[in-house]
Amino acid sequence: MRSTTAKTHRRVTPYWKGFADGAPFILVIVPFAMLFGVLATEAGLNVFETLTFSAVVFAGAAQFTALQLMQEEAPTLVVLISALAVNLRVAMYSASLTPWIGAAPFWQRAIAAYFTVDQSYACSVAQFEKEPQMTVPQRMAYFAGVLSPIVPLWYVSSVVGALMGTQIPPGWALDFALPITFLALVAPMLRTAAHVVAALVAIVTSLLTAAIPYSLGLIIAGTFGMMAGAQAELWLDRRRLRDD
Amino acid sequence: MIEPLTLWIVIVGLGVGSYALRFTFLGLVGDRPMPGWLLRHLRYTAVAMLPALVAPQVVWPAATDGAPDLPRMSAAAVTLAVGLITKNTLAAIFAGAATLFGLLWLTAV
Repeated sequence: MRSTTAKTHRRVTPYWKGFADGAPFILVIVPFAMLFGVLATEAGLNVFETLTFSAVVFAGAAQFTALQLMQEEAPTLVVLISALAVNLRVAMYSASLTPWIGAAPFWQRAIAAYFTVDQSYACSVAQFEKEPQMTVPQRMAYFAGVLSPIVPLWYVSSVVGALMGTQIPPGWALDFALPITFLALVAPMLRTAAHVVAALVAIVTSLLTAAIPYSLGLIIAGTFGMMAGAQAELWLDRRRLRDD
Repeated sequence: MIEPLTLWIVIVGLGVGSYALRFTFLGLVGDRPMPGWLLRHLRYTAVAMLPALVAPQVVWPAATDGAPDLPRMSAAAVTLAVGLITKNTLAAIFAGAATLFGLLWLTAV
């Protein structure tokens, strides 16, 4: 007993490691959710509807898209398809997480699916790649840890935005919290030439396809980047075999 | 004004649809083996999708109505460079934020 106690004191548990890694995203989540609350109220939603929207859908960009299109009185089917297109990237996140946590119990995967968003995905994959020896329960604990500081604030900030109708002042430049936090997570993941190729191809494609509506350029850019990374990996492997 | 019925159809439909997008692989594939070519592509999902997600926001920030902005582009470059050199996410975040606020302050005065 004594040795395990000492060990937990010395080592940070996966849950708290995740909690610490998720904490910087508070700066991303709070302004984003508050803005949704403000815009939803302006569109005529009451506080209950706003909170339910945020809680049931739980996908920031898709919520903004749906709200915008409903205000423009687009047909309901168009609203649904467009917002789901904006959210298509989470299907890729889910696929990418499966090799790491696919062996977890079904109920845990069913819950994790709901919570698969940009932030939890980005932190988790970065951590799982950095410490591949983590067990599946440790990975799930880490995933839960990342979400703990941000999910309650997602709900609360939606309500605060809806009730107060106030946004974080644009002068605080929190719009740029998202690019900074995501770039900071990705940079250490660029371990091999194949990773760098994947990122560069994705960036260039994303800039070239930025005009395509409903974030579909992002899906094209991501797919091209993944294909480029996979091909670069094969090519580098072949070259290594030949040189040996 | 948004009709209440439309709103609730969208909330429920979008909730079910978004969940289905996230559940398909995690829930249905689980620990069944996946083909090598698919795993090889999935190894690059994060390093492709996340930079692609932020690239347009770095080059054409919404906060400046899409006008390229020196503080934001410098902040992105510093974040990436510090992240690559130190392999430390938190150090990269602080360096990027310091660059952003420093340059915003300098360009304001």
